[in-house]
Amino acid sequence: MVLLKELVEADGVSGHEDAVRGLLIKAIEGRVDEYRVDALGNLIAVKYARGERGRAPQKVMVAAHMDEVGLMVTRVDRDGYCHFRPVGGIDPRVILAKAVRIGDEKVPGVIAVKPIHLMSQADRERVLEFDQLTIDLGLGGDEAGRKVKPGMVAAFATDFEVLDEGGLRTVKGKAFDDRAGCAVLVELLQGEYPFDLYGAFTVQEEVGLRGAQVAGYAVNPDVAFVLEGTVCDDSPKRKDISPTTRLGAGPAITVMDHSVICDRRLVRLLVEAAEAEGIAYQFKQPGIGGTDAGAIHVQREGIPSAVLAVPSRYIHSPVSVLSLNDFDNAVRLMRGALARIPEGVFSQRLQGGLEA
Amino acid sequence: MQIAEFLKKITEASGVSGAESMEVAGMIRDTFAGLADEVRIDALHNVIALKRGEGDPSAVRPRIMLAGHMDEIGLIVSKVDAGFLRFLTVGGFDVRTLLGQEVVVHGRRPLKGVIGCRPPHVLPAAERNKVVPLDDLFIDVGLDAASLAEVVEVGDLVTTRRTQIRLGGDNVVDKGLDDRAAVAAIAECLEVLGRRRHLWDVYGVATVQEEVGLRGAITSAFGIAPQIAVAIDVGFGKQAGVSEDEALEMGGGPAIAVGPNFHPKVHGRLVDTAKAMEIPYQIEAVPGASGTDAWAIQVTQEGIPTGLLSIPLRSMHTTVETVDVRDVERTGRLLAEFIAGLDEAFAQEIAVQVRRLNGRGG
Repeated sequence: MVLLKELVEADGVSGHEDAVRGLLIKAIEGRVDEYRVDALGNLIAVKYARGERGRAPQKVMVAAHMDEVGLMVTRVDRDGYCHFRPVGGIDPRVILAKAVRIGDEKVPGVIAVKPIHLMSQADRERVLEFDQLTIDLGLGGDEAGRKVKPGMVAAFATDFEVLDEGGLRTVKGKAFDDRAGCAVLVELLQGEYPFDLYGAFTVQEEVGLRGAQVAGYAVNPDVAFVLEGTVCDDSPKRKDISPTTRLGAGPAITVMDHSVICDRRLVRLLVEAAEAEGIAYQFKQPGIGGTDAGAIHVQREGIPSAVLAVPSRYIHSPVSVLSLNDFDNAVRLMRGALARIPEGVFSQRLQGGLEA
Repeated sequence: MQIAEFLKKITEASGVSGAESMEVAGMIRDTFAGLADEVRIDALHNVIALKRGEGDPSAVRPRIMLAGHMDEIGLIVSKVDAGFLRFLTVGGFDVRTLLGQEVVVHGRRPLKGVIGCRPPHVLPAAERNKVVPLDDLFIDVGLDAASLAEVVEVGDLVTTRRTQIRLGGDNVVDKGLDDRAAVAAIAECLEVLGRRRHLWDVYGVATVQEEVGLRGAITSAFGIAPQIAVAIDVGFGKQAGVSEDEALEMGGGPAIAVGPNFHPKVHGRLVDTAKAMEIPYQIEAVPGASGTDAWAIQVTQEGIPTGLLSIPLRSMHTTVETVDVRDVERTGRLLAEFIAGLDEAFAQEIAVQVRRLNGRGG
């Protein structure tokens, strides 16, 4: 939990993942055989089978993205207000009256809102779009222009805190999508495996799975798992179609989303691991969201891929909620699945069409 | 006094209208106790500090009342719904600003929570273009349904959460600065008066229930029955989207209000004091109801000459209310200088002028 707190309190809007990567390097240093940072900023760590390169017949890649959604400053106006656009998918309705911090200097700002007293009923029923919102730095135009430049990014200023110490063991913070995945991956890199384990902490997932694409190509694994903090929409609704996932019901296995149809053998492997070890799990409602697996599974001639996610309420907003029970179970389930990877089977992937 | 620090303490304390005694009233009482001769809490929980004027403590002196409200707008639980909480508002929120806010639910024990928002991944396009109505909003405190039902009931109050942010310049951000910035100004005034001579008795009042109808001002003004009163509230600071005609300059000093709600002699003397002491100030034209404690105080008993100082504030009634602490300090200092200048002559000047006519006819 200490690492998860550190990771979500660091800022890493897509394209600016440096601070998060710094924390992850610190967390894995001495626990992996090597790591490198590639041209786009992906952090790729390797744990060789029996600690030696070239001994194992298989390569397994586990990926989690370091970046988070945020805002990019497009203009600082004469009165010192910062105009901005979203980086990644943000609903403009959720950012009113929130605190942000801008750039490496973490310049504090707030998304100001006109007082309700000066609004008509029609005003109050109107959705404010990004071009109608500004960040207030409390500075005049000149000083604001010196401190903040177009192209700098703003992250939500949200603390990590425990909500429920027992029971669901819920915590709140920003960017559980996907620092939860990053923290699970750090745990997995502590283990020993009969194959080479590549841990890829990727960049720019939120703007189009950019980092995973080149990391998948470079690692060229036999199979890949992607770890996510995924949609959990289990609040009561007027018309309830599906909660996507439920908080506290265990890690979620993806069968299909917008970006990938997961490899059936790997899905089965995850389910078998959960059942054999008595770990609660759930299937994510098909068709919602996309992950790095979307880019990885189509690298080179194709890489069998699957996704396991920690359900997280209110992702892509300033504050989300997850259950540490789900988090711990995701670690256990992945460990169980990795331990069950059959020797040699997936390395035959070029033959295609295997029903193992 | 360290205004930013004091503001942080009292604005982050809980005190929704009608529940000021939950936390904030006690803090203010303790602070006022160190700055005044007497402090009492009345039946509605107004905190009333008395700092006596010079002379025999038992002598009767003219009285001035300063009023700043300590209640904050908040939320109230209306339903415990399958592990989540539905709620209504206490005071005027722009419902659009509530999505994704952090809150404290004051159940059997305080519970941190968030006002949830559905992620964009699952929202149909038609819904994204609409404001989420209050009855679709919910609070999530991270408890399972059974545990939640044990600790939260309908009617439990909810406060918004913010940790003070220091913006550029001398601007601080917090929830509840409306109107605890005024409470800080009153405390500053009392502190300055500790070093100044003054003849009038000063009643510094942190009023309750302003946001739901100026109710604390009604009863506290009745009880004190002052010769004059000055309410202190926040005014609309200049910001994007606010007309310049309605906006006060942030960092421009307190705004001295003018209009039918205010006695011209109180207004005039506040302006004269600011000029003489070289305290920056601005003028706020209020053509009718001021929407502040001054509106209630003016018509208390047989009528009380009343003034109003407004502290410029941005993003009013949100969790990112912003004030320039220099304006809070200047408001306190202007009040103190104004009070130090009050004498018997002004008491006469402002008193009801009774002209007795000679006997009718012969």
